[in-house]
Amino acid sequence: MSEGIAQADQPPAREGEGRDLFSKFDDVIAMREGLLSKGVEDPFNLVMEQVLSPTRAICNGRETILLGTYNYMGMTFDPDVVEAGKQALADFGSGTTGSRVLNGTYQGHKDVEDSLREFYAMDHAMVFSTGYQANLGIISTIAGKGDYILLDIDSHASIWDGCALGNAEIVPFKHNDVEALEKRLKRLPEDAGKLVILEGVYSMLGDIAPLKEMVAVSRKYGAMILVDEAHSMGFIGENGRGVAEQAGVMNDVDFIIGTFSKSVGTVGGFCVSNHPKFEIMRLVCRPYVFTASLPPSVVATACVSIRKLMHGAEKRAHLWENSRMLHKGLRELGFTLGTDEPQSAIIAVIMPDLEQGAAMWEALIKNGLYVNLARPPATPANMTLLRCSLCAEHSEDEVRQILEIFETAGRQVGII
Amino acid sequence: MQELDEHMDRSQVDERIRELAQPFNKKGIEITDTTTFQNDLEFDSLTVMDFVAAIEDEFDIIISMNQQAEIETYGQLVDTVHKLQVKP
Repeated sequence: MSEGIAQADQPPAREGEGRDLFSKFDDVIAMREGLLSKGVEDPFNLVMEQVLSPTRAICNGRETILLGTYNYMGMTFDPDVVEAGKQALADFGSGTTGSRVLNGTYQGHKDVEDSLREFYAMDHAMVFSTGYQANLGIISTIAGKGDYILLDIDSHASIWDGCALGNAEIVPFKHNDVEALEKRLKRLPEDAGKLVILEGVYSMLGDIAPLKEMVAVSRKYGAMILVDEAHSMGFIGENGRGVAEQAGVMNDVDFIIGTFSKSVGTVGGFCVSNHPKFEIMRLVCRPYVFTASLPPSVVATACVSIRKLMHGAEKRAHLWENSRMLHKGLRELGFTLGTDEPQSAIIAVIMPDLEQGAAMWEALIKNGLYVNLARPPATPANMTLLRCSLCAEHSEDEVRQILEIFETAGRQVGII
Repeated sequence: MQELDEHMDRSQVDERIRELAQPFNKKGIEITDTTTFQNDLEFDSLTVMDFVAAIEDEFDIIISMNQQAEIETYGQLVDTVHKLQVKP
């Protein structure tokens, strides 16, 4: 399982020192040292000294094309978005210093929730301080003792952690397998509360869920449905509402979880819903209550960005062109990809193993291209992946350069 | 899936799980009631998931992760499945 719990060995008792609580990290420390001892540039310690645009930065002293930022719609440098942030900073100060339910709700928080209601055409919207907290809060709060959560085995860490924080019975099923989901739904007590958790786009391989079938089967057995659309907002579905919209099941989904840290271009998380009692979540959801709200500048940038995404049809079309072009080009170069067709703005290049993956990552960065290196245990089936996420602001020429860099690096490392 | 007698006894449950475990027991380690999945059989989380899914489908039951967390040894697994399959 991608985010499953790997139990470490018992920490050894050392004479005179008691037990070192850090012993449990020895395997990870050894793996990291092993990697770095070969002289590889540390893939998990990259510093961007300057950010030039949504697609360019100076990384470790080199000008670099960014292909691993989830900045899908390139909103981070949008002049209207930046201006809104500056204005809010001047008008409302640098932070709220308080919880949403106490002194932390400013006009901007209400405005951004209004923009989400409009964007998704849903009755309720609740903004959290991060996307991680949105999953953590909603999942742990709505599914309680005696309830059942059925979730895809490749779910994101924030979903697993939401399950771990709550008291429900947790039942995982095989990735994107409708039959495995139905079999398990069928076996649950009829009168138990049931929550099915799905993602629109799975971020490791960039594949999408068969939501039409999965939502139908979940409904059939009386389960409520939560869909995390973090990696689809703004460019999948007619109005950019995500895979649920594309699959025509928006009205059958009870909760959509999303984030401001990808297409929206800032930080924050949210849940939108039509549930008539949804507003009570503001009082009972601990990760919402016991944390400070987002700074005024952040909610102001998010609000403008979301409203602009409603009219982003052209950018959206260009993002898809980029995704298709990169997918086709990488395939032609002989790389193994996570999906047969481009299904999202994520193209995952499967590496033979961690060592060659790290070598390839380093060759790419030295040639001026940044991608995400994803490694076990965060990956399905313990794969090592180079994850590429495209941006609507990548020009056709940049995608061509990206392919050239992949070709050069691939030959240097001997992968193609 | 085979038709199950509602009152399959423990040894029958044991026999069937033993068959299901075989393809996952790559080193052919001898399995007793005290054999542990993590240390003796060296099951990683992916193997656990596939093994549990096979048992769930064979016995038409659910073994939630909460229940899995309580199971360390082969004998505990057989006990759990035996209990679960006689329940309505």
